[in-house]
Amino acid sequence: MVKDHSWPNRLFNMFNVFIMACLIVLTLYPFWYSVIGSFNDGLDYAKGGVYLWIRQFTWDNYSALFSDTALVKSFVVTLSRTVIGTVTHVLFTALFAYAFSRRNLKFKRLYSTLGLMSMYLSGGLIPYFILINALGLYNNFLVFIIPTLFSFWNVILFHSYFAELPEALIESAKIDGAGEYTIFFRIILSLSKPVIAAISLFTAVGHWNAYYDAMIFTQGDSLQTVQLYILKLIQSTEAALLLANMSGSLGAAQGSVTTTTLQLAAMVAASLPIVLVYPFVQKFFIKGMLIGSVKG
Amino acid sequence: MADSEASTANSNLALAREKRSSRNRDQLSLQSMIIPGILFILIFTFIPLYGVIIAFKDYNIVTGIQGIFSSEWVGLANFKEFISDINFWNMLRNTLGINLLGLCITFPVTILFALFLNELTFPRFKKLTQTITYLPHFISWSIFGGLIINILSPSNGVLNYLLVNFGILSEPIHFLAEKDYFWMLAVLTNLVKELGWGAILYLAAIASIDQEMYEAAYMDGASRFRRIWHITLPAITGTIVILLVFSISNILNSGFDQFFVLQNPLNIDASEVIDTYVYKVGLREFRMEYATAVGLMKTVIALFLLYLANFIAKKITGKGIF
Repeated sequence: MVKDHSWPNRLFNMFNVFIMACLIVLTLYPFWYSVIGSFNDGLDYAKGGVYLWIRQFTWDNYSALFSDTALVKSFVVTLSRTVIGTVTHVLFTALFAYAFSRRNLKFKRLYSTLGLMSMYLSGGLIPYFILINALGLYNNFLVFIIPTLFSFWNVILFHSYFAELPEALIESAKIDGAGEYTIFFRIILSLSKPVIAAISLFTAVGHWNAYYDAMIFTQGDSLQTVQLYILKLIQSTEAALLLANMSGSLGAAQGSVTTTTLQLAAMVAASLPIVLVYPFVQKFFIKGMLIGSVKG
Repeated sequence: MADSEASTANSNLALAREKRSSRNRDQLSLQSMIIPGILFILIFTFIPLYGVIIAFKDYNIVTGIQGIFSSEWVGLANFKEFISDINFWNMLRNTLGINLLGLCITFPVTILFALFLNELTFPRFKKLTQTITYLPHFISWSIFGGLIINILSPSNGVLNYLLVNFGILSEPIHFLAEKDYFWMLAVLTNLVKELGWGAILYLAAIASIDQEMYEAAYMDGASRFRRIWHITLPAITGTIVILLVFSISNILNSGFDQFFVLQNPLNIDASEVIDTYVYKVGLREFRMEYATAVGLMKTVIALFLLYLANFIAKKITGKGIF
């Protein structure tokens, strides 16, 4: 790097740090704002002025929130779809990508044409909806897993990684009598941890944040995801209903939980897993993004 | 002599046969890895693609998937209805307006952000800024939208509190209830959410620039801004063009989640876009053939925009995506 100590340069550095610090505050503040709100007494919060720190600390918002079985159920649904959906997607897509990356694969052109077409073409919402219904996936947990099993975008990510692996590795395994499946499960998977980590993370975040498929393909509370729960909480009078139903619980009895603080607590609870894991996994996200940009 | 020759020839033949059969076995394995994925594509991409024909039919939802074939043709009736729909121009204006405004603001700001971030001389602070600005990209719109709704709230939202206390406003505004503010709000909130992540490809492109060029320019007395202008920017032009073409082709496509979350009956005139309309008409009112026609029209316009953007990019910079 160039070391430049002239004063306009120093001024620029100071200005730059200032701008970035402002951006950091602007990005983090909404989260902070919801965290302090979620730990504040609801009625007190409604008076306004809770902007920097908790004024009247309470756990009531959270105990009220988690006393709702629909929310707890939605966490179970979201967690199961995230785990099952991610593992199956990565295995299914990687297996395809491995075969796709082998030079001796027949009909490769046809497959790549079909794959590329699937990336850019879409029949749109309604024909897709009719299809899901016809497949019997409506209001079925599998609607979260099967339609997301495969993605040609991720095939391309895997492919550009597999293509870098030395061909000799596969050849020598073949001489030792290994079949393609053995090679894939024993050798390729264990050598591909970085790309598997990146794609797993993208997929897992997608599953964790999903509400759209739950909104259009399921009915009632039993298959609702956390994000859909929150969406309903924000958009409708759901929160008010929830409060009315919980007359026995702590918060409602004291009347200190309001729809607003309940919403805030729900949003904090649902983003917590991502915020907690994020600092440890962000390098994988960046790596995954860059693998895609080079060859995608 | 002849005997042994014959036996080597025989064993060579056997070896070749064995090799061929193992090759066949491998090919079979490979094909069995590929076929499920191809079936997936055929089912989940190509069947819905065929289903688009209901845009030209009088489709009844009760008939299910058979109805796609058996419904009666009505020609362009659904399209005609859409164009004469009182919502049509409003929606088209919102979709194009918000996204064009978004492009004009988000695109240059993201590039500026990447350039500024790259100029940060403290590596740890640079890393921290990156980590934090990437984060909102991974938070879903249902949560992020909820945060924004709370911040903008007229009764106890922090924005109104600040504006009133600093004397900028005399009384709180219900920002999300005023349709005049919606476009700007949609653009700015999206900017906050995606700014960091949007810069990632530019930063990657910048990272691959040869540092010696900067040294040389510095020796020649080029100021910081000249170095950015003459070295960094030209080096990332290719990335800029590609991302611009993609953004333009996506202009009708972006942000169902955002609009859906921030939308309410009071701002609906300014916040209804084609995607939210298709969802409502198709899956709440169950006018499926009509919704499909609307969606199809959107796709056609988007393809045209992609082609146009690529054409212009090629004319101006010589670079394009196809």
